[in-house]
Amino acid sequence: MSDQSAQAEIVRNSLKRRYRKERRFRLYGILAIFIALASLFILFADIIGKGHTGFVKTTITLEVVLDSELMYLDDPTDADQRSMADFSAPIIAALQEHFPEADSAGEKRELGRLIGTYAASEIRDLLIAKPDLLNSTQSIEFPAHDRVSVYVKHPDNSQYSIKLSEQQQRWVDELLEKGVIDTSFNDVLFSRGDSREPANAGVLGAIVGSLLTMLVTLAIAFPVGVAAAVYLEEFAPQNKITDFIEVNINNLAAVPSIIFGLLGLAVFIGLFGMPRSVPVLGGMVLALMTLPTIIISSRAAIKSVPPSIREAAEGIGASKMQVVLHHVVPLAMPGMLTGSIIGMAQALGETAPLLLIGMVAFIVDVPGGFLDSATVLPVQIYLWASSSEQGFVELASAAIMVLLTFMIIMNALAIWLRKRLERRW
Amino acid sequence: MNTMNPSIAAKANMQDQGAEIPVPADRPEDTIIEEGRTVGKPFVDDPKFKLRNVSVSYGSDRAIKDISLDIGRNEVISFIGPSGCGKSTFLRCLNRMNDSIDICRVEGQLLLDDEDVYHSKRDVVELRARVGMVFQKPNPFPKSIYDNVAYGPRIHGLANRKSDLDEIVENSLRKAGLWEEAKDRLDSVATGMSGGQQQRLCIARAIAVSPEVILMDEPCSALDPIATAKVEELISEMSESYTIVIVTHSMQQAARVSRRTAYFHLGHLVEVNETDKVFTSPEHQLTESYITGRFG
Repeated sequence: MSDQSAQAEIVRNSLKRRYRKERRFRLYGILAIFIALASLFILFADIIGKGHTGFVKTTITLEVVLDSELMYLDDPTDADQRSMADFSAPIIAALQEHFPEADSAGEKRELGRLIGTYAASEIRDLLIAKPDLLNSTQSIEFPAHDRVSVYVKHPDNSQYSIKLSEQQQRWVDELLEKGVIDTSFNDVLFSRGDSREPANAGVLGAIVGSLLTMLVTLAIAFPVGVAAAVYLEEFAPQNKITDFIEVNINNLAAVPSIIFGLLGLAVFIGLFGMPRSVPVLGGMVLALMTLPTIIISSRAAIKSVPPSIREAAEGIGASKMQVVLHHVVPLAMPGMLTGSIIGMAQALGETAPLLLIGMVAFIVDVPGGFLDSATVLPVQIYLWASSSEQGFVELASAAIMVLLTFMIIMNALAIWLRKRLERRW
Repeated sequence: MNTMNPSIAAKANMQDQGAEIPVPADRPEDTIIEEGRTVGKPFVDDPKFKLRNVSVSYGSDRAIKDISLDIGRNEVISFIGPSGCGKSTFLRCLNRMNDSIDICRVEGQLLLDDEDVYHSKRDVVELRARVGMVFQKPNPFPKSIYDNVAYGPRIHGLANRKSDLDEIVENSLRKAGLWEEAKDRLDSVATGMSGGQQQRLCIARAIAVSPEVILMDEPCSALDPIATAKVEELISEMSESYTIVIVTHSMQQAARVSRRTAYFHLGHLVEVNETDKVFTSPEHQLTESYITGRFG
C-alpha cells in the first residue's frame, strides 16, 4: 500500500515538471509567432508611414494669361517660333499677380522655382494642341516643384531637409492660405511612366511592363512546367537519367536569380541577338527562373492524386494517356495553379536578373507591346530608391505598396483557386 | 479433368494424394505446403480462365508460388485466406493491374479463352475492357453519376449517339440496382452518395463496358451490413451473365455468393472446392484451421 502511494507521489511530482515543460514549449511558439508578426507589422508600418504621402500630390493652380507678347509667340503651330518662345513667362506673371512686390529679376526666378520643372512644356503642349487658346486666360493646375512639395507635405520631418529660401517659404505659406497651393490624390502616379521630376513620375509604365513580362512568363513557364511534371511523374522510366534530371531540377530551384540574368544576357541577347530591355526577354528569363518552382509543385500535386482514382480508370480500360488527361491532370490542376501563381508572385518581385538584361533603363513611355522597352515594378522601386531627389523616396515606398497589393491579390487568387477547385474524395 | 495434358494430370493426381499426408492439427502454421500442390478440384471443363503454374514475385520476394487454377464460365469463385496470402495479388494478375508496379514479375501461363493474357502483343486496354474490376474502397470519379457510368463506353467508343449512351447508363444502373435511387440525380456528384451506393456505382461503371469477367477485390469491406447485403444480392444476380472472381475476408460472404471457393495460404493455393464442401468438410488441414477460426 505504501509502495503504491509512493509511486503516485513520484508521478505527481513528474506531472508538475511535464506541465512546466509544456507551458515553456508553448511560450516559445507564441514568441516565435509574435516575432514574425512584429517584423511584418514594423515593415508595413514603415512602408506605409513613408509611402502614404506618395499618394498625395502638391499642385499650384494659377490663372494664366497666355499672352502672345509675353511669350514672343504669334503662331503656336510654327515650330521655329515655338523654339524661340518663352513659355515660362506667363506662369511667372500669374504668380506675380499674387505677389506684386516681387519684381526684381532674382525674385522672379525664385518665384518660378515654386513650379515644377516641366510646367513650361505643359503650356507649350497645351498651345500645340489648341492654338486658338493664345491670348486667352486659363485656369491651369501645375505640379508644384519637388522642394515645395517636400515643404508642404513634411514641414516638421527631420528626415527631409527644406531647401526653400525663407522668402519662398513665406510665399508658399501665403499661397497655401489662399488655396492656390493645394494637395490632392496623386493621379499622376497611376497615369504616367517614369520621369526625372518626382511630381511627374508614375508607376503605370512599370505596372504595364510587369504585366507584359508576367504574361510572357506564364505563357512559357506554365505549359512547359506542367508538361515536364506530368512526364516525369507519369511516363518517365525509373532510371539514372531520370534521377539525374530530377536532382538538377531541384538544384535549379536553388540557383541565385542573378545567374538566370547572366544566362539571358549570354544566350538570348548574345547568341540569339534579341533586343534588350523588352518584356519578351524579361519574361523568358523569369520563366526559366520560375520553371523549377512550377515543376516541383506540379509534381507534388500529381503525387497527391489518390491512386484509387488511377486504378478506377485503369480498371475500366483507360489507356495511360487517358488516365493522365481525364483524371490525374484535372484533379492536380488546383495544386498546379497554386504553385504557378506563387512562382509568378516570386517572379513579379524579382529584380536582379532583369538588371542584367537592361530592364533597368530610364523609360518614360508606357510600353505598348511585348517588344517595347519597358521596366518592371521592383526595378522601378530600385531606381527611385537610389535617386537623389527627396520626392522619389516617398514614391518608392508608394510603389512598394502597389507591388505588395499585386502580391496580395495573386496570393489571394491562389488561395481562392485552391478552395474553389479542390475536390474531396 | 480429362482434357488436361499428362503432366498436369499427374500433378493433379499428386494433389489428391496430398490431402492424405498427415498434418499436425494443433500447429497448423508449421504445416509445410509443397509448392504447386492444391487439393480439391482446381480444374473444370471449358474454363474462362486457364491458369497454369503462375508465380508472381516482387523483386526477390515471391508472393504467389506456382498456382494452377481454372475459373469456369459464368461461375462465381471466391478467394479466401489470411491477410498477406497473395489472393489480391493473384486477382490483379487476371487483368494485369500489376503492370504499373515496376518490380512485379509474373511467370507461368494465364489464358483467357485460350489467349495468353501476358502475351507481349496483348493490348492491356482491350483486356481490361473484357475483364473489369471493382476495388476494395469505392472509388467513383469526382464527376457526376452519369459521367461515371458513361466514362468506359465513351473511351471505348461503345456509343455513337447520345441516346445510345443514355441507354447504356440506364441499363448499367438498373443492373447494379441503383437506377431507382439515382435516376433523379444523374447530374449530381458521385462522391456525395453513401458508401454502399458508391460501390454499386463502381459496379455499374464496370458493367457499362460489358465485360466478360468482373474481378472484385474485397468489394464489401468498407460497407455496412445493409449495403453489403445489397451488393451480395447484386453479385448473385450478375452471376447469370458474368464470370465473377471475388476476394473476400468474410467467409459468410464467400459461402453466400460463390459456387467454388479457393483457399490461399502464404502464396500457395491450398484448396479449391465447391463452396459448401470447403465450409462443411474441408480436405486440407490448413483450410479447416482457417475456417474454424484457429488463425486468420
